Amino acid sequence: MSEREVLELLRENARYSTADIARMTDLSESEVEAAIEELEAAGVVRGYQAVVDWDKLEDERVRAEVELNVTLDRETGYADIAERLARFPQVKALRLVSGDYDFDMEVEADSIREVSQFVSEKVAPVPEITQTVTHYVMTSYKENGIELGDGDDDDRLSYSL
Amino acid sequence: MTLEQSERAAQVPPSGIRRFFEIAEERDDVISLGVGEPDFSTPWAARDAAIASLERGQTSYTANRGMRELREAISDYVERFDLSYDPADEIIVTTGASEAVDLAFRAFVDPGDTVAIPQPSYLSYEPGVGLAGGEVLPVQTTEDDEFRLTSEALEAAGAADADVLVLCYPNNPTGAIMTEADLEPIADFAREHDLTVFSDEIYAELTYEGEHASIAAFEGMRERTVVFNGFSKAHAMTGLRLGYALGPAEGIDAMNRIHQYTMLSAPTTAQHAALEALASCENDVREMVDQYDRRRRFVLSRFAELGMPCFEAKGAFYVFPKVPDGWDCETFAEELLREEGVAVVPGDVFGAGGKGHLRVSYATGLEELREALARIETFVADHA
Repeated sequence: MSEREVLELLRENARYSTADIARMTDLSESEVEAAIEELEAAGVVRGYQAVVDWDKLEDERVRAEVELNVTLDRETGYADIAERLARFPQVKALRLVSGDYDFDMEVEADSIREVSQFVSEKVAPVPEITQTVTHYVMTSYKENGIELGDGDDDDRLSYSL
Repeated sequence: MTLEQSERAAQVPPSGIRRFFEIAEERDDVISLGVGEPDFSTPWAARDAAIASLERGQTSYTANRGMRELREAISDYVERFDLSYDPADEIIVTTGASEAVDLAFRAFVDPGDTVAIPQPSYLSYEPGVGLAGGEVLPVQTTEDDEFRLTSEALEAAGAADADVLVLCYPNNPTGAIMTEADLEPIADFAREHDLTVFSDEIYAELTYEGEHASIAAFEGMRERTVVFNGFSKAHAMTGLRLGYALGPAEGIDAMNRIHQYTMLSAPTTAQHAALEALASCENDVREMVDQYDRRRRFVLSRFAELGMPCFEAKGAFYVFPKVPDGWDCETFAEELLREEGVAVVPGDVFGAGGKGHLRVSYATGLEELREALARIETFVADHA
């Protein structure tokens, strides 16, 4: 179960040091290292990334949620279409979802034109894709469980009994 | 002087940490581990319910004992501690558990009665006893016993002749807990010597090993025990001021008779928040408890590494390390604040039994804890 505990802490903050994870659990540092290695080797942990509030940066970053509808045939399944789309670096996330459309695709690029071109030139022409609906992200309020607002102030007294 | 204070008021001691406040005010880089309340905000669902109740204009008094639905929810909730109280007449909702404590001293302590209080302990019991005209009988708990109360300590202090015994477990300031096995001899002692028991269980949810046990769940204890609990700690609702007392009907009636004149009813908005807290915030509580537990382990590990070992506190959000040899706790706390800007509370503020210790709260984010412990490490090394 140590891997589960370590995973939970990494999901909270992937930059916790091995020593701090050991302090917060009943594990030794070498056990923590082993658990992380195991999680990575088994492909449970696929990477570590920063959660960015793009509004705080000068550079423009355009993101869009794209709904995709597809038709399948005997030779082509969801996985085949997904594999083809996922190879594009502009695609940041791709999920098969229930409901009115089939795929939920997150696209990221440097400009609106770049996103539009990508969708119209690379995605829409895929023969199995019957419809695309592109929603540009206007403002983000919460990413990966982290609220991007100023949060609640800590206005507690420095001493209380 | 026209506003001459009463003898009762005059005997209430001033706060033991006022001067620390003043020192802390002078710096703007203070990391406070001196705080006795959660750093988390009240779960959003509870805040949202409070806002909604205001929008609906629910701002009148409630029944003296609190909203019926809330008392029912509390009755269901405390079943997890093997407690069973009738919402009709065995539960009273109060303005913070503090009010429940105050009501109990006024309702059950006569002038000259003796109230046994384990030391070190939370600070509001002694003034409560004093205001009721009672006498405090301190009962020492020691680090060797992990600051648990023992029947031997009760015996040695002469608590057999006391009228009331106050329990506060999980304990502020030590973080000690009392398991069911630890409580059994205390329950035996209380029954044998016919003691009334006030059991302050405000930190019950913040138990990190095993399950919280209430002394009121023991046979023959329910009829002699008043349990205090509330929403401040587990549900991070300190400023909403909402607590409750559980007890046999006659006892709760006595408290309610005082409450109806002095408080009328607990804050209505807070009662709506509390109702939602019990209905839907269990996961928020679990998440906060998990966070506290991690910080607890972190802080215990760091104190051990920097040469200030402390017993493994398993409850509340405090650890209680010993100051290094050659220090008294007041000086250590003051110098640490002046030199490194870390606020901790000297243990003797909580009674003589806390001498030589510090109350260190981990109700603070991990980043701040990491920085504070690094500063303490520097301080200890500089003065070694």
